Amino acid sequence: MPEYLLKIRRYDPTSGHAAYWDEHAVELSGSNSVLDAILKVRDEVDGSVGIRCSCQQAICGSCGVRMNGKPGLACNTHLQEAADRRHDGDGDARPVIEVEPMGNMPVIRDLIVDMDAVHWKKIQRVTPYLINQEPIPEREYIVPHDAMVDVTQTMACIQCGACVSDCLSMEIDPGFIGPAALSKAYRFVGDPRDADHFERLKDLSEDPHGLYDCTHCFNCIDACPKGVAPMSQIMRLRRKAGTDEEITDRNNGNRHEEAFSTLVQDYGLLNEAELLPRSWGGNSWFGKFHPDAGRVLLKSLPAIIPAVLRGKVSPKIAMFGHKLAPDDLQAVKKIFTKVEGRDQRIELNLYVSGNDSDDDPTPVAVGAAAGEDGAPADKSPTFPGPGEASESASSESESA
Amino acid sequence: MAVPSHDVLIIGAGLAGQRAAIAAAQTGATVAIISKVHPVRSHSVAAAGGINAALNPEDTWESHAYDTVKGSDYLGDQDAIEIMCREAPDEILWLEHAGVTFHRDASGHLGTRAFGGASAARTYYVADITGHALLHVLYEQLMKHSHQIDRYEEWFTTDLLQDDAGRCDGAICRNLRDGKVEVFNAKAVILASGGAGQAYKPTTNGLIVTGDGIAQAYRIGAKLMDMEMIQYHPTTLAGNGLLITEGARGEGAWLLNAEGERFMEKYAPNKLELASRDVVSRAEQTEINEGRGFPDGTVALDITKVPRRRTLEALREIVNIGRDFAGVDITREPIHIHPGQHYIMGGVKTDVDGQTTIPGLYAAGEVACVSVHGGNRLGANSLLDTLIFGRRSGQHAAQQASHMNMPTTPASRAADTEQRIRDIINRPAGGRRVSAIKDELGETMNKYVAVFRDAEGLEQAHEIIRRLKEEAPSAAIDDRGSVFNQDVISAIELGYMLDCAEATVVGAIERTESRGAQFRTDFPTRNDDEWLKHIDISVNGADVPKVSYSEVTITRWQPQERTY
Repeated sequence: MPEYLLKIRRYDPTSGHAAYWDEHAVELSGSNSVLDAILKVRDEVDGSVGIRCSCQQAICGSCGVRMNGKPGLACNTHLQEAADRRHDGDGDARPVIEVEPMGNMPVIRDLIVDMDAVHWKKIQRVTPYLINQEPIPEREYIVPHDAMVDVTQTMACIQCGACVSDCLSMEIDPGFIGPAALSKAYRFVGDPRDADHFERLKDLSEDPHGLYDCTHCFNCIDACPKGVAPMSQIMRLRRKAGTDEEITDRNNGNRHEEAFSTLVQDYGLLNEAELLPRSWGGNSWFGKFHPDAGRVLLKSLPAIIPAVLRGKVSPKIAMFGHKLAPDDLQAVKKIFTKVEGRDQRIELNLYVSGNDSDDDPTPVAVGAAAGEDGAPADKSPTFPGPGEASESASSESESA
Repeated sequence: MAVPSHDVLIIGAGLAGQRAAIAAAQTGATVAIISKVHPVRSHSVAAAGGINAALNPEDTWESHAYDTVKGSDYLGDQDAIEIMCREAPDEILWLEHAGVTFHRDASGHLGTRAFGGASAARTYYVADITGHALLHVLYEQLMKHSHQIDRYEEWFTTDLLQDDAGRCDGAICRNLRDGKVEVFNAKAVILASGGAGQAYKPTTNGLIVTGDGIAQAYRIGAKLMDMEMIQYHPTTLAGNGLLITEGARGEGAWLLNAEGERFMEKYAPNKLELASRDVVSRAEQTEINEGRGFPDGTVALDITKVPRRRTLEALREIVNIGRDFAGVDITREPIHIHPGQHYIMGGVKTDVDGQTTIPGLYAAGEVACVSVHGGNRLGANSLLDTLIFGRRSGQHAAQQASHMNMPTTPASRAADTEQRIRDIINRPAGGRRVSAIKDELGETMNKYVAVFRDAEGLEQAHEIIRRLKEEAPSAAIDDRGSVFNQDVISAIELGYMLDCAEATVVGAIERTESRGAQFRTDFPTRNDDEWLKHIDISVNGADVPKVSYSEVTITRWQPQERTY
């Protein structure tokens, strides 16, 4: 069996010493988990290594850590997979695995972080329980199977904190509600039995640390060990808030997002110079003459002037935008027409597989968001065929 | 310093504990819930397949009750089983209204799947994360009712307190965060701290499932019951023992031996893979012992029989488990499995309101033995058990508390416990490690107290356990700190597991017949004349525990020969 060099980040607040790396050579197969290695050290060498863990099958959510820089569960990350993330080898011939506590949360001891102080506080923020549609039926609510399968993706969250650990927006704005809590919010907004969809969406849109604080960095999708895809859930909340409920928030988040979209539709490319004016002044070339746009442009002069001086913005492009070959521009517009022309939005979902063909080695995570409007739809639950399945990958970019 | 005082103190925050907390709070009591881990880490989270209830208009609670009685090999108490099955449909609806995202049928009503030992498809489910979904939704309710329910998360209970009359009136607990030990006063205490699977190796149970509540109650004199009844789940992964849900067989998966034969045809011609768990586990073990298994001591579970799309929607977790822990795509190829320790039917003996033999002390969930599972638990009846008897315990405890005075144990009472913990922390080095003793215990139990048992092996196991019990108090630990000292906790847990294991072995030696999960190769038949009774185990100082018996309650189903 290969030997791995396990470097565990240790810290004891009562010791008076700073955090340090604790190194152990561990002989295990590469398909053993990082947790196996940590427990081997704890059982055989040093019982004081602190890590929360229980189920060892990626369902209890206890053992969130960073392994060679990437957050995840120690119990379902293979040693070799973690080792392969490093290329320098740390000057050591053996594969090296550095295990650290998760980020964005204070460390209590060794690999144990204070999830109450950050993660659970944010969960509490999103009114994390069902507000029942009245009247409560005598028996169960009659809702489409697809709607329940749809929210199962967010229900599958195990609250491990891996997404919170590496959320870039939260690093800049610790007040950001964040990927885990916003996914939790979707679990209610997507649940047809909940009575407060609008209030929830309005609340999350208006919060300056809410829906529109996410910057699409994809870190949370990458981090999540359960395929919850928190960022996708945030985008779904945005589509429901902005498009379905037409909530225009005081943070200007929704209009800013629309400005992105209309700019690409109009020019085929983003036109940065027109982005701010449009999001404050309206979605046309004339937006820049709106008084609000003027105000925000004036406010942005300290950023604009150096940009012009350094040649990052040319006045000509600022005035008239990028020019794309007419054919290309038409092609872009066609995408908009096709995607926006659908009766129903198609959303990604892990639990709904639209593809049952045998030549596909990995599950295709696709599904029609039935009951999207929250109404118990009468239609029988149907799955999108493979044709729709292949298209839906593009729907994610629709809002970006 | 003020001592935290509540009408009802609940120890353990899995499904039984959380359900008890909500029920007690709704009855008007002040409630505290204490757990050594954050509530959503509790092992209820791992229950996969679903929860049983006769909720369909064509189904009847009597049918559910009969299946349960038969599944228990007639050792279950039929009054308790009747209550559980009668109240099951309303409990499912309560859960649904609380927000559980149960999967639906095509008409939008609650959907069901088939499960082992059941004569109707009455298992309600959320994909294969049913326990997880239930636990997280109950925790949502705990957060909703946080003004009524005080949560003490990551507090380890070390002792149950009793007043001069022997009534349980509180507990002593240690805050893992800073190592402080505190007294909790309560008019009633509900144990909901789960089973003791870690006394076995391997087990499907998480590392936290160490029999704390069973041992704590036992040590203050509560009777344990049916402790010899240990469930081996038919489908656990080769090597690490991880659980592959019975939902897989419920959805249509087959069991095959190495010769490609669907061997359940021989053992249970009617129910095949969906016979009771004890029956299927014995069948598999027989195939393996007789040389028709694979070289790694397994048989195969063929999930490719289930339509792939259905697997991806309804069995997503085991797709992940197959991929991450066995390197197998279960939608493409069979996976190797064998029987593995999963559940303990026995526990702290209670009545149908969760009252143990110690006044003021209740127990609910896997820690308890009502007994609704008897000799063998049906799949998807454990979630039901936790919720029904968690709720009933919470209600009963709250009602009792409403006309009682608050006990007044002073904070200074924690001093002895503090000293005991200090002594563990300051133990001289040199003894065997806690983990080494625990491993020996686990391997012993899995070797001698497993699917097939005999007197010789059981005596051997008992001897080893007695030796380990002597050794455990000097087991070495490394951690001398106060913040999150998990090492000292593991030393205490080791003692709990040894108590549970001894009770199991003593019960298994005593029961000289084969019933449910207890199969004695030296007494291979059921013997209703002598053994249609529960074995109760109680503490006897440091000596081998005392054995006594209690009647099995039979209401309407007389024992019959059991075939599937």
